Amino acid sequence: MSAKINLIAYNTILNKEVGRFVRIWIQTLLPPAISMTLYFVIFGNLIGPRIGTMSGYTYMDYIAPGIIMMAVINNSYANVVASFFSAKFQRHIEEMMVAPVPNFVILAGYITGGVARGLMVGVIVTIVALFFTDIDVKHPVITFAVVLLTSVLFSLGGLINGIYARKFDDISIIPAFILTPLIYLGGVFYSIKLLPDFWLMISTFNPILYMVNAFRYGILGISDIDITLAFVIIILFIITLTTLALYLLQKGTGVKT
Amino acid sequence: MKALEIRNLQKTYKNGHVALKGIDLTINQGEFFALLGPNGAGKSTTIGIICSLVNKSGGSVSVFGNDIVTMSAKAKSSLGIVPQEINFSQFETCLEIVLNQGGYYGVNRKLAHERAEKYLNKLGLWEKRNDVSRTLSGGLKRRLMIARAMIHEPKMLILDEPTAGVDVELRRSMWNFLTEINSRGITILLTTHYLEEAECLCRNIAIIDGGMIIENTTMKQLLSKLNRETLVLDLTTTIDGIPEIDGYPIRKIDPHTIEVDITRQQGINHLFELLTENNIRVCSMRNKSSRLEELFINLLENNNRD
Repeated sequence: MSAKINLIAYNTILNKEVGRFVRIWIQTLLPPAISMTLYFVIFGNLIGPRIGTMSGYTYMDYIAPGIIMMAVINNSYANVVASFFSAKFQRHIEEMMVAPVPNFVILAGYITGGVARGLMVGVIVTIVALFFTDIDVKHPVITFAVVLLTSVLFSLGGLINGIYARKFDDISIIPAFILTPLIYLGGVFYSIKLLPDFWLMISTFNPILYMVNAFRYGILGISDIDITLAFVIIILFIITLTTLALYLLQKGTGVKT
Repeated sequence: MKALEIRNLQKTYKNGHVALKGIDLTINQGEFFALLGPNGAGKSTTIGIICSLVNKSGGSVSVFGNDIVTMSAKAKSSLGIVPQEINFSQFETCLEIVLNQGGYYGVNRKLAHERAEKYLNKLGLWEKRNDVSRTLSGGLKRRLMIARAMIHEPKMLILDEPTAGVDVELRRSMWNFLTEINSRGITILLTTHYLEEAECLCRNIAIIDGGMIIENTTMKQLLSKLNRETLVLDLTTTIDGIPEIDGYPIRKIDPHTIEVDITRQQGINHLFELLTENNIRVCSMRNKSSRLEELFINLLENNNRD
């Protein structure tokens, strides 16, 4: 397959993916805007003033990066897992499997679709945040790199979940029972420095902590963890999940019999 | 040139079910080939393996000389697939479905548009190009799958029961379309449960049963094996009893209709002479079932006995 043919196939998958979540924007783009507004109102406006400052920032400013990142993570993951499982469920994944589309192109198409939604939601939530805080991005390159890599990582997670999923329940188990607790315990709403030593040590095993803090560092210039370590962890996870996803696609797991 | 070459193809599913027990099959370029068999015989598994939707357990498959594993991109590019089950997105329009499939095969958007218009027109779907696919009738959905399979203009088209549940008019128009593209040199592999469809369209045939090919020949040769046929005769006059004619077992269906078993050696002329001598006038005649159907059932019965 020539690069040109692969590029056409990639664009087709990407256009289909973006078209899908834009077509159902009421389900995909609007809810994060509403729920994140509620987070800002409740945690920022109502509870925040009672908490006071955190690492030198108002509570509203402190949680804003975490809330944006939470929306990006959830939506990157949800986009790919729902889309891939739906393609399996309706069997139109077969359209791709019978065509000469290399697995890395399928992977790239779905992941870019997930990243597109993740970043689009990130922008929407950032716009919402601007109504409540004055975000002044301290390190734009780090901010963009972290959000992009995190979105890629969770899109990969969504794809692998979609590959293994056999029924609709299977696409909500991971987000509900693993992803959400990890996000909430990943320092979105608090600094891990506030935790007792034992729980602080346990928190360091939560990969989302590194993503949230690296993003917070990009925006506010403060972090509970080492930024270099955060990038290393994110990249290692991406390499591992990419390898796994390509292996599963090659094997035809969940698609071929 | 061999369009499809299958050698010792085997498939055992994870639950232990042996679907294919080492089949061999060759289809030459330009053939209109029927692969027939009862439910569960292994037809769809064979097709699934050819189009890379089912992993084979053993053997080899090559499409126009390209192995489906080692040269999968080239093999896949030569194939167009019309599966048994509807497998397109229920939320996309007909045009989107066909254009996207073109994209997966690397057909650029402009060319894909031209071809989509051509094939959607030919299959009577152009007017419905902006309709969401789930609103189409069953027959139109099957046509859409044919248009989708043609978007990259494959050298070989594989159709897995394309006319199942399709009304007579649509079926006939599909036959015309398939005959036309076959006359342009596109090799066709067809599975169907409508044996008159295979008899009418295909020049070559293989019959699969229990995961094995039990017959693989030309349609003409296969039909020539049929030694006995049952003819249904419609009479101009009523009859009371069952006429007795030596060598021709006759059964009365109703006072205006009889069935006669006739062997290849006896000939119809002699039968008619004898019927005339017995004052029986025939106004029309037909085969009780399609000749292929009789052969098909005989072959399956023999295979089951073995």
